Parts: sequence; structure tokens; C-alpha cells
Amino acid sequence: MFETLILILDATLRVSTPLILAALAGLFSERSGIVDIGLEGKMLGGAFAAAAAAAVFGSAWIGLLFAIGASVCLALIHGFACITHRGDHIVSGVAINTIVAGLTVTLGLDWFSQGGQTPALTGDARFTPITFPFAEQISDVPVIGLIYSELLSGHNILVYLAFAFVPATYWVVFKTRFGLRLRAVGENPHAVDTAGISVALVRYRAVIICGVLCGIAGAYLSTAHNAGFLKDMSAGKGYMALAALIFGKWRPVPVLCACLLFGFLDAVAVRLQGVSLPGIGEVPVQAIEVLPYVLTVLLLAGFIGKAVGPKAIGKPYVKERA
Amino acid sequence: MSDQTHPYAIELEGISKRFGAVQANKDIGLQVPAGTIHGIIGENGAGKSTLMSIIYGFYEADSGTISIDGQQVDIRNSQDAIKVGIGMVHQHFMLVENFTVLENVILGAEGGAVLNQGISAARKELKRLEQEYSLDIDVDAVVEDLPVGLQQRVEILKALYRGAKILILDEPTGVLTPQEADHLFRILKSLTEQGVTVLLITHKLREILASTDNVSVMRQGEMVAHRETATTDKEELAELMVGKKVRLKVNKDEAQPQQAVLTAKELSFFDGQGVERLKKVSLELKAGEILGIAGVSGNGQSELLNVLSGITPMASGEIQFAGQTITANAAKTAAQMRDLKMAHVPEDRHKMGLVTGFEAYEAAVLGYHDSSDYNGAILMDRKAMLDECNERMAAWDVRPPNPHLKTANFSGGNQQKIVIAREVEQNPEVLLIGQPTRGVDIGAIENIHEQIVKLRDAGKAILLVSVELDEIMALSDRIIVMFDGAIVGQVDASEADERTLGLMMANAWNEEQGAQE
Repeated sequence: MFETLILILDATLRVSTPLILAALAGLFSERSGIVDIGLEGKMLGGAFAAAAAAAVFGSAWIGLLFAIGASVCLALIHGFACITHRGDHIVSGVAINTIVAGLTVTLGLDWFSQGGQTPALTGDARFTPITFPFAEQISDVPVIGLIYSELLSGHNILVYLAFAFVPATYWVVFKTRFGLRLRAVGENPHAVDTAGISVALVRYRAVIICGVLCGIAGAYLSTAHNAGFLKDMSAGKGYMALAALIFGKWRPVPVLCACLLFGFLDAVAVRLQGVSLPGIGEVPVQAIEVLPYVLTVLLLAGFIGKAVGPKAIGKPYVKERA
Repeated sequence: MSDQTHPYAIELEGISKRFGAVQANKDIGLQVPAGTIHGIIGENGAGKSTLMSIIYGFYEADSGTISIDGQQVDIRNSQDAIKVGIGMVHQHFMLVENFTVLENVILGAEGGAVLNQGISAARKELKRLEQEYSLDIDVDAVVEDLPVGLQQRVEILKALYRGAKILILDEPTGVLTPQEADHLFRILKSLTEQGVTVLLITHKLREILASTDNVSVMRQGEMVAHRETATTDKEELAELMVGKKVRLKVNKDEAQPQQAVLTAKELSFFDGQGVERLKKVSLELKAGEILGIAGVSGNGQSELLNVLSGITPMASGEIQFAGQTITANAAKTAAQMRDLKMAHVPEDRHKMGLVTGFEAYEAAVLGYHDSSDYNGAILMDRKAMLDECNERMAAWDVRPPNPHLKTANFSGGNQQKIVIAREVEQNPEVLLIGQPTRGVDIGAIENIHEQIVKLRDAGKAILLVSVELDEIMALSDRIIVMFDGAIVGQVDASEADERTLGLMMANAWNEEQGAQE
């Protein structure tokens, strides 16, 4: 029983990683006032770029760079539409999602002729698990041994990176000059403008950071979690990250918790596949997969109070006639 | 005259700014000696705020120069303005509400990429500023928890923290209680003693006279006069502000007022910020009379129209109309008020009176579009609408008489005729009409005035709101003056003159009467 729990938690960390990265990406973007429903598209684009580059160059790190590059380009398109041209954030985000979903498969077919997939990645073209020192030796020690060797050790670098980004994000958002301006620009851009700071510049920086983090999330999907790109492999994780962001009220640590919760439900869903529960019978997988969304709606509706986002979110900044 | 050997803290020359068709500022010149409080007074829309936004770099002037301490400066954005020592307290505070006072103050002047050292340095500096000017504020409080008076002080602190030597305050007392306002003026006084120059923008005469050293008057985008405060008085300033205009003449007979058709008792209304915009307003409107509401714009007239017409619900009070009693708990919507035969020509025809993208015949039925006159069994009866629109266009001399032209493409006067015709042709018992001739050419003004008088002679009750004193005096049978959300005076049109009304509009009439006794 304990071992099962550890295994589920272990899986939780793995499925939570892209959620955490994408949710933090969304946090930067939305804190600056730019709604980002395009997390999904950026992640998918990053996944494709990472797998394609890793397949060609044989290095997961080069793949990661390409993923970040592709995702930042998409983020800049979103920024250009929403910041420079004051377009509708949702429309731009959905457009990015749609374009990327089609483009990745089309390019994949053209470049690799494997039905839209990229070639299977092996060796250095993937991020491989890092084993902590003495993990083998102490794996037999009761409780602690299992936690150390199974739960903590044995993940790839991107998993650790994602968790390290949480305190880093907290520090940037709440303890630095950039963070102060970021939060201000999402709450009251007029105040930022009259303080002599460019609203557009702050917002562009935010969407670029968002692009970088989505790119890492994408690279994780195709070069760490899986061994290659599959059509639509982000499978709604971007939307789930967005839900976690709202659920966590745009704050790094609660957002992490929300991602872990969603990841946990996901891991349980996999475990429960085909398992017959006493008294209930076989639970359809879909019923568990839908839980994160149902949970978000229910909890937001009554249990954790109102999720008040940045006040100026989704509103283009226009200087008004005073 | 001020001391010529002293350079002016700020000097403007030939500043002009145009927004589309509106000339907001025309060739403005201004000289402000250092260490003084300089008032800039004018009606709403006179161009004061635009001028200050230019000084603060929010807009760039089309032409003209700005000099600080005798040096010509180029201010392209707020950053430039801050650099040359200009600070601004905006009418609507530029604060991030969920930030602390400290965070708001250092925003844009953080002093380093990491906040820590900046915050502790700022904390020390704020302590000093706070004590020096007795600002009395908790720097760790969250701004949205502070009363407006304190929020304003945060704005002042922000400017001082950036080393402002020239402080601009745009309508600073609009949201303050009298006590808070007094405190503000004490703070400003102590600022000037430290060598800060203050530019105070307001439309309140009393504040100008009580607190400034010099005053400049703006009217319709132009600087019309500069005075030393000690050498001027309320009457002169009021006259300069309003200006002497060509007297309008309206031919009308003595009114034959009959029974009261609309009675309002102690109407109150609070805006979104919790400021009381209508303060227990009571009035009685009789059939066959035109009741004029005079006042400087922004003193509760718009709110009164909105509450009477059912657009915004009242906070308390009572309206008696058409045999109904309307209260806050038994409210009626604008549509229900229309059904009771109350027509409303809103003050702003673009925002409220018309849908500018609609063709004239569509705009001509707005608000009455559910009427059986315009509707068949399922579809709207376009022919009936067009026929009626053609008829009205002929009767009201709307040009061009094309019911298919979009309302945006008519001139202001013709747009207004479309709106007024729509309301008047419904044969209402009461007509509420706001700024009937704003932006309307002279010919159309006469026409509109005639129609209003005709409606009165037909025994209808008319409530006229206008900031044009001439229009009020020419049309009204009875005049009520509003100031700061309350009725401050009531006179018979036959006894009204410009001076009396002007003083009432500045809320200085009672004091004057008191002084004479």
C-alpha cells in the first residue's frame, strides 16, 4: 500500500511538471494583464521544436533551445497582437492554439514523413533520469529509503528545474523591481505610465518570460516525458495549467499546489485504469480525468472564495484624454 | 506684478493642442513664480486638465514651449517631466490599489533591481518627508484600505519622493470632505515654504481665493486672464470663467403653470466611489412651465437627470409622478418611466441619445422600438418607421432629409433634432432635457428653443438642464441652481440676472447676503 502511494506520488511529480511550468508561464503573462489562453499552443509548438531539433542534432539541450525559441516567437506574436495592436487576448490565444495544432503536424509530415510524428529519440537526444548519490544503497531502508530513491531521486533535470522555478518566480514577482512593475501593470497600467515607465515594455518582457517557460514545458513533453513528438501531445495541459493558475489565485505557491493536485488526480486516473473498486465497480477513466476541471469549477464557485485576478487583465492599455 | 529678477518656476508660451475637431488648448501662456500657489480656474471642458497633461508629458503639445527655472525643456513623456522636477496629483488617483503605500511610492523609482535596499531607503526618506510636511500616513498600509484623503497624500508623497519642485494638483478637492480639503491646503502651504511651487486646478472659486497667490482663468481652451488673488474677487472670477456671451432671445409669453406633475423629495445618489453626488434634492415640476437647472457642469445635474429618468436608481428619496410613488425600494426602470409618458433627451447625445452606427430612421425609434406603431406580428414595420422618419425630418427641418443616413454623419444640430423630435413627438407629459443645444449651430438653436417653448405652451412640464447660463435665462420660467449635488438657490426667471446666478453657481451667494446684513 505504501509502495503504491509512493509510486502514485512519483508519477504525480512527473505529470505535474509541465503543468507547473505552463502555469508559472501564465502567471507572468496574466500578472502583467495579458490573458494567455495560448499556453497550450506555445507548449505544443515547443514540444515539436524540441523533438525536431533533438532528432536532427542529437542533443536534448539543443532541442530545449529550439523549443524556447519557437515558444518565444509565438509569445511575441501574441504580444504584438495584444499589446501593440490592442487586439482581443482570447482571440489571439485561440488563433495561436489552432495554428500550432495544424502547423506542427504539417511540418512533421513534410520533414520526417512519419505520420506527423518525429523520429523516436534515444540517448543524448532525451533528458534522462538523474540518480541521486546512494539512492541504490539506501533503497532498502524502510520508508525513508523508498521516499529518497523512488520519489526524490530518478527524475530528469527539467522536473527539478520546474520545482526550482516556483521559489524563483515568487522571488522575482514579489521581491524585485521587475516584479513590482509587473504586478502594477496588471492592476493599474495608468499608474505605471504616469510613473514614467513604459507599459508596453513591461508587458512584452512578461510575455517573453511566459514564452521561455512554455518552451521548457514543451521540451519536457517531447524530449523528457516521452521520446518524440506526437500529434496534439499537449492534450489540454495548457488549459489545465490555466485552471491551476486561477485556482491558485495567480500566486506561485498556491499555483504549485493546484498543479500537484491536478497531477495527482491524473496519476490516480492512470492507476485506476481497469481497476475495479469495491462497491463501485470499474470507474471510467474519463470520470477521473474530468475531476480537475470539475474541482476547479466547484472550488471556485464556493469553497475558496472569489478568485480575483489582476484588475486590468485582458484590457488593452489606451491613454485616455484626461 | 511679480518680481522680475526671479526666474519663473514654470513658464509656458504659445501652447496649443488639438484633439480631432476640438481645439483643447489655444496659444496658452502662463508664468508661475517659484514658491507660490498658482490657481488655474475654469469650467469643466475649459482645457485645464489638457494643459496640465501637456506639462506632465502625458500629451505632447502641437506647438509652444515649456521652460522650467528659465530653461526651456523638452517634455515628451512623464519620465521627462519627473526628471525636470514636475510631479502631478491626478484627479483620478494613479495608485495601484492592492499595493502598500511604500510600494506605490517607489514604483518607477525603485533604486535597484532588487527591492530590498530600495524599500528600506524609501522608508527612511518617507519618514523624513512625512514629518516635514505632517502628512501623517502609515507607509505599510494597503492603499485600497485608506480613505480618499489619505490616498491623495500618497500621491503627494509619490511626487515629493521623486524630488518634485513643481506640484500639479488636478481638482484635488473633488473627492475630499471640507476637513480633508483644509488639511490639504495646509500641506500645500508648508510645501511652498520649502520652495515647492504648486499649480492648483479647480473650478471652485472659494478654494482659489482661500489658498492661492495668483490665479489664471481659462475659458474654452484659452487663457483669458491672470490676476493676483489679493486683487480679485468672486464676481470678477465668475464672470471671467463664464464669459459674457451674446444674449439669446426667445419669444415666449408668460407661463401659465398649472398643477404639479412631478414631485421629487430628498433624492440622494452615491456614485461608485461612495461620493454623494445628489444631496437630498427636492423639486416640483408644474405642467406648462420650464424649470431650468443652472450650475457649473459636474455639480449633480447629470445625476439628477439620470435618477429622475430611471436610468440610475436613487439611494433614498421619493418621486411622485403620474399617480405613482417611486422610491429606492419601488424603483422604476427607464423604460417604465417612458411608459408613464416621461421623455428624456440626455445630455450626451453620442453616448446616450443615439446609436451613431444606426441609420436615422432606426435611431428615431430608440426607446420606443417596442411600440405597436413600429411592429408587425413578427418583424418590425420598416415602412411605418421610414414614413414617420420622413414626416419628422420635414417637420423639424433635419438636413439632409435622408432616413437612411447613419446618424454619425449628421451635424450636431441635426442629430439633436432627431433626438428631440423622437422624444417630443411621443407627446410626453414631462420632458427632461439636458444640454439641448450643446455643439449645435445658431440656426438650429433657435429652432430647438422654439420647439421647447411650443411644448410648454401645450401644457407640458419641462425640466431643462444646461450649463449655458444664457440658455437657462432665455428659456426658463423658474430657475434652480445646483452646487455640489445640492440645490443652493431658486429664483423666478423674471428676477434672475447673470450676477446673482453666477454667485449662486459658485455657492457664494449666501455668504454675500450674510456679509451685507
